[in-house]
Amino acid sequence: MSVDFFLDYFALFGLPCRFGINEAELDRAWHALQTEVHPDRHARLSDSERRRAMQGALRVNEAYATLKEPLTRGQYLLELGGIDANAIRGAAMSSEFLVEQMEWREAIEEARAFGDVDALEQLALRLRMHTDEVTRLLAEQFDGSRDREAAADTVRRLMFLDKLRHEIDDGLAALDD
Amino acid sequence: MTYSDKVLDHYENPRNVGSFAQDEEGVATGMVGAPACGDVMKLQLKVGRDGLIEDARFKTYGCGSAIASSSLVTEWVKGKTLDEALAIKNSQIAEELALPPVKIHCSVLAEDAIRAAVADYRKKHEEQ
Repeated sequence: MSVDFFLDYFALFGLPCRFGINEAELDRAWHALQTEVHPDRHARLSDSERRRAMQGALRVNEAYATLKEPLTRGQYLLELGGIDANAIRGAAMSSEFLVEQMEWREAIEEARAFGDVDALEQLALRLRMHTDEVTRLLAEQFDGSRDREAAADTVRRLMFLDKLRHEIDDGLAALDD
Repeated sequence: MTYSDKVLDHYENPRNVGSFAQDEEGVATGMVGAPACGDVMKLQLKVGRDGLIEDARFKTYGCGSAIASSSLVTEWVKGKTLDEALAIKNSQIAEELALPPVKIHCSVLAEDAIRAAVADYRKKHEEQ
């Protein structure tokens, strides 16, 4: 059994190409495929067959990691539609959103400067709730209204929120030392 | 990654950090952000009655190169007209700071911040 490299990640796992996925189904499909393509299962492989099996296993894991997380799943769906969310000069973010980002960063910076673990944990909680809200909006844009431009903007917003999460985690880790 | 001496200098001694009051006469604000790295940059210009940029302030959350790029820009725009400020190119910023290829986007962000601030100024002054 070898992996078809022409299939996109959704097709690889036999899942519909949409943002809303059944995680249990993804996990099951991944386990099944992983077992099938595992190079050790095929003892009598030539070197080139073994290499191909390894590449297949890598692709399966990469596909799983990409689809598992809402942010990378959203980026991948955009990529399939020809939009690179990472583009240096993508569409500009609204100044309202950027002002909010500035305020988040100031709040994190301040909490960190005062060594205020409680404040950082409060921010982490607020950020989680906000991220969930934005992720629900993204699901509606991808699967409901099918508005790709709006979805692209929301994915970019999620990228900023992911950065905030890292900043808070870094702050908490630093204060833990 | 190693930073150039000029980046380190701006990073350790950033020029013109801070804010002007939004409603202050002649003040315009440009906000930009890069999703790929999560950097956010605010550049404010204070334009005099003679149309020259008197002063500038910045606040940047980002890596050393992003901070250095915006710090450098606040120095460069002073004394310039808006059109002269718009002529500042990211390649000049990158060259001055000796930014490596992976950090070119920081200089792009700083150039975009100038554009955003000038656009804000022109929008405010058209309305009057």
